[in-house]
Amino acid sequence: MIQLENISRIFAVGDQQVAALRDIDLNLGAGEYLSIMGPSGSGKSTLLNLIGLLDRPTSGTYRLNGGNVTDLNDEQQAQVRREQIGFVFQSFHLVPRLTAAMNIELPLVLAGIAIEERKARVAELLQNYGLADRAGHRPDQLSGGQRQRVAIARATVMRPSVLLADEPTGNLDHTTGGEVLKLLEQLVEQNIALVIVTHDAEIGARAARQLHMLDGRIVSDDARQT
Amino acid sequence: MRVADTLQFASTSLRSSRSRTLLMILAMSIGVGSVVVLTALGEGARRYVVDQFSSLGTNLIIMLPGRTETAGLTPGMLLGQVPREISLDDAQALLRSRAIKRIAPLTVGTTHISLDARNREVVVLGSTSELLKVRHMDLSHGQFLPPGDIHDSTSVCVLGAKIKRELFGQRSAVGAWVRLGDRRFRVVGVLSSQGESMGFNTDELVIIPVASAHMLFNTSGLFRILIEAKSRDAIGQATRDAEQILAQRHNSERDVTVITQDAVLATFDRILHALTLAVGGIAAISLAVAGILIMNVMLIAVAQRVREIGLLKALGAPAAQIRKLFFAEAALLSGVGSAAGLILGEIGTAVIGQIYPALPVAAPWWAVLAAFGTALGTGILFSVWPARRAAQLDPVTALARS
Repeated sequence: MIQLENISRIFAVGDQQVAALRDIDLNLGAGEYLSIMGPSGSGKSTLLNLIGLLDRPTSGTYRLNGGNVTDLNDEQQAQVRREQIGFVFQSFHLVPRLTAAMNIELPLVLAGIAIEERKARVAELLQNYGLADRAGHRPDQLSGGQRQRVAIARATVMRPSVLLADEPTGNLDHTTGGEVLKLLEQLVEQNIALVIVTHDAEIGARAARQLHMLDGRIVSDDARQT
Repeated sequence: MRVADTLQFASTSLRSSRSRTLLMILAMSIGVGSVVVLTALGEGARRYVVDQFSSLGTNLIIMLPGRTETAGLTPGMLLGQVPREISLDDAQALLRSRAIKRIAPLTVGTTHISLDARNREVVVLGSTSELLKVRHMDLSHGQFLPPGDIHDSTSVCVLGAKIKRELFGQRSAVGAWVRLGDRRFRVVGVLSSQGESMGFNTDELVIIPVASAHMLFNTSGLFRILIEAKSRDAIGQATRDAEQILAQRHNSERDVTVITQDAVLATFDRILHALTLAVGGIAAISLAVAGILIMNVMLIAVAQRVREIGLLKALGAPAAQIRKLFFAEAALLSGVGSAAGLILGEIGTAVIGQIYPALPVAAPWWAVLAAFGTALGTGILFSVWPARRAAQLDPVTALARS
């Protein structure tokens, strides 16, 4: 489903060229559960941003669901993000002035989906994630775990084929983090590909496939037999 | 994204920074309000002058002796001559023109009016019975000057409302005798109160037959002739006829000046219209200032919402959509501000109307439309740059901003 070939990403820092990714090759199937681990600056977030089409590679080819998305223009990439990719961030990134329900609804609003369908999908997700009684609360009235659940609901409301999570439990305590991970892992069973970036080995070990990165390269790619 | 959703999203962000939004709306509404009030004042002044002129009479042409030359010097002046005066017969001759409906000759002088021990100085107007219709005057008591030969110097007079009140109080004046200068006149009528009208306060006038006035002041010429044309279209013809008739009677010399009320009116109209535009334009500067304020507020909004913009991009909003969201915010701000400004302007106009009831203040529709349009236009125009800045943000760095 996701095919990266010879992907490199070079940043210009001052007059220096810094390679954040070097010749990355990666294939990821539908419903695969991948964790990317590595120290700070190893390029794991850059890789995630490239997969999420938030960033463009300096060279290489990226295919998503068979289509080459490397050279799409901004608007086309935005459409791909809207329809096929969900994001979960460490700091949740909820819009502070919108209620939980409105935050979840946001991708549907941006996609121009009819109000009735929007309401139905949001109501279903609020129910599924145990947020039904928090629908009208704003993010500052929610606990960390609830906020991240809202963010996961928002990431899945468009029914993407891949979910990208950057340190999704980084701002949560151990218990809440575990609950959030369980929610994310349930999505894998719905055939959504899940990519988690983390520097926590314990969390990374939960994934069926584990990628270790160092200095912009993949140093190991272990698939656990399940 | 649907238009309704775009507006809804923009309004949530405006509501979240309430005091900033209210201040912005206030600035915008003061701009729009001042355009409305100032143009209403200008337009009110214009209408006031137009009304004043119309109250003088309709299709009016005014003839006065002498001719104003652009050189400022006529051959006659070098020879020590004064312009030839307009006589009563000249006035009567004007009625030969088919375009002229009626005429009223005018002679003006000041003298004392007295009744028993009361006396005061008055302006005396010598004219004929036609003056009533030509000048659109109204009587409160009695009759106007009796019709008859223009040369008849009957000793009758019509009093202005204030003169009557000062001399007679509540008593009836009609039929009583008053003394004007060294002659006695019988009061036949009293004018109803009309107030000031282009410098002529009819309330403080005494009107007597023109021939009597000539005797009283020992003169023979006329100060003015008021000519009423048959219709609006006949004004041009009546003007030409009047000049021609006078020239025939004055040895082919064009020694009178003929002013049409329309020409005077048109000049005033133009001047005051330009004035209205000028004050409106000055007020519009405040709209430009409000526009710059909107730009400032939008730039702050972009800076404050970098993370949110990054998120919207991650959720699949293309650059054009982000721009639209900021445009919508600016449009809402300036739209609500303009609407508030229109209300403010109407209130201001109403207050001025209360304070100066004589002034017909009302903002012309074009000014209201222009104020609203300019406000909306500047609001959106000045949000182009902030919106572009927002749309061009890099999502990765925007999301990473803390």
